Amino acid sequence: MSSPTLAEICVVACAEAWRGDGEILASPIGVIPTLAVRLAALTFEPDLVYTDGDALQLGAPIASDAPPDAPKVVEAWMPFAKVFDVVWAGKRHVMMGATQIDRFGNQNIACIGPWAKPKAQLLGVRGAPGNTVNHPTSYWVAAHSPRVFVEAVDCVSGVGYDRVALAGPTASEFHEIRRVVTNLAVLDFETPDHSMRIRSLHPGVTVDEVQAATGFPLAGSADVPETRAPTDEDLRLVRELLDPNSLRDSELAS
Amino acid sequence: MTDKRVTEADVVGELRDGMTIGIGGWGSRRKPMSIVREILRSDLRDLTVVSYGGPDVGMLCAAGKVRKAVYGFVSLDSIPLEPHFRAARQNATIEAMELDEGMLQLGLRAAAWRVSFLPCRAGLGSAIRENNPELKTVVSPYDGQELLAMPALRLDVALLHANRADARGDAQYLGADWYFDDLFAMAADRTFVSCEQVVEPGGFASAGPPESIRISRMWTHGVVEAPFGAHFTHCVPDYPRDEVLQREYAASAKDDDAWKVFRAKWIDIPEPEYRKLAAASLS
Repeated sequence: MSSPTLAEICVVACAEAWRGDGEILASPIGVIPTLAVRLAALTFEPDLVYTDGDALQLGAPIASDAPPDAPKVVEAWMPFAKVFDVVWAGKRHVMMGATQIDRFGNQNIACIGPWAKPKAQLLGVRGAPGNTVNHPTSYWVAAHSPRVFVEAVDCVSGVGYDRVALAGPTASEFHEIRRVVTNLAVLDFETPDHSMRIRSLHPGVTVDEVQAATGFPLAGSADVPETRAPTDEDLRLVRELLDPNSLRDSELAS
Repeated sequence: MTDKRVTEADVVGELRDGMTIGIGGWGSRRKPMSIVREILRSDLRDLTVVSYGGPDVGMLCAAGKVRKAVYGFVSLDSIPLEPHFRAARQNATIEAMELDEGMLQLGLRAAAWRVSFLPCRAGLGSAIRENNPELKTVVSPYDGQELLAMPALRLDVALLHANRADARGDAQYLGADWYFDDLFAMAADRTFVSCEQVVEPGGFASAGPPESIRISRMWTHGVVEAPFGAHFTHCVPDYPRDEVLQREYAASAKDDDAWKVFRAKWIDIPEPEYRKLAAASLS
């Protein structure tokens, strides 16, 4: 196997977010998180539940560019109404994107600028408010920069640790922001005050580089390990089975 | 037996300025676009639109029909950001009630069940609270749990698009997801269902099993036979999304002239002509 690309390192880093989750619905948003779920299910987390991105729960992964009518091993039926039930029942771990994220994991995908008249309207809050107070949530950021990692987000879509504490015990009882995976590093909130820290660095990246790309001070970052390297089996599965036409590279380039 | 078949023009004739209109489907999927186009051609205004939004919301915003949008998202799926909706929000030409996706369905369910709210955890701690100060919490009388009280989203009218319907208003969904069309129907005073094909009584069996008939006629007030009625959104398995036309639509948000060109070509034309264009565009 040739050495792993950055996209492949990110796939494995995202997959690791679901390690230990067992038999819950793993919901990825984006190409690399989708590959990550399927890789996790094929390797170290075989009981994960995942879908085709629409309403079908799959018993075997499909390629990233499979046409809609490609043959599928259908395990169960998972329309959006069922997904909301799963969210509110808590048997789910989602990895969403983030246009902005702050040190306590508040995430914004709704708009930039004042909500009443935004400079840029984005998607809307989508499922982020409900996801973050009901079950573990992680984020995938393809371009780690101070524009994304900000002091304060413009519209709290996914709720972070500081805001959820203020919102009371009903809001916080099932709240967990598990990981933030970027093109530079893996970050988490496993600090006394749940502020963001570097969990691991991708090969060749330094703490200083990650800090420079982050618009707030990261919590103590001594002796940060390197992100787990893809195994040969990881690379074979991603390259030959899950993403033969390298959609993963386009997501990182953008 | 009541024959509820009507035309798009009949449906729009039942609508009034200022009404609250729920639109079924999800994003750029199985939207009742032929009825939306008829609204665009009308002089209706000041509508409140409740939707898991796609080009339905975008087009109504572009045509100046919307006073307020109630949504969890507005997206074209393969084009994540809906450009006409973005323009309306960025120019503050519409009011917005932006909700968590799950809260939106709960509001419809509350309306369907004729209760003024339903409680949920979703929304707590998020900017939804600041952006919608009318939303309140409720404390459980059993254990003190403080939950968000999602208010009922009562609709004057629901507009849906199904794969098949019968003339009495039963509607069949042949794709893997019927989204929340059933809740929209139950939350509305009146529901109009457009469909790819009106079938004879009992005619659903050849297309799908009984559980694909998701809407009972007791919720339906009118049925529009509208082949390609969801185009350019997808209406699987009858047809996929027309990505080429969707890109043309998205590009029409560039300026007023581009929108006028799109309107002239794809909206301000008779439906039979639209169907011919849609069939050609999909082939």
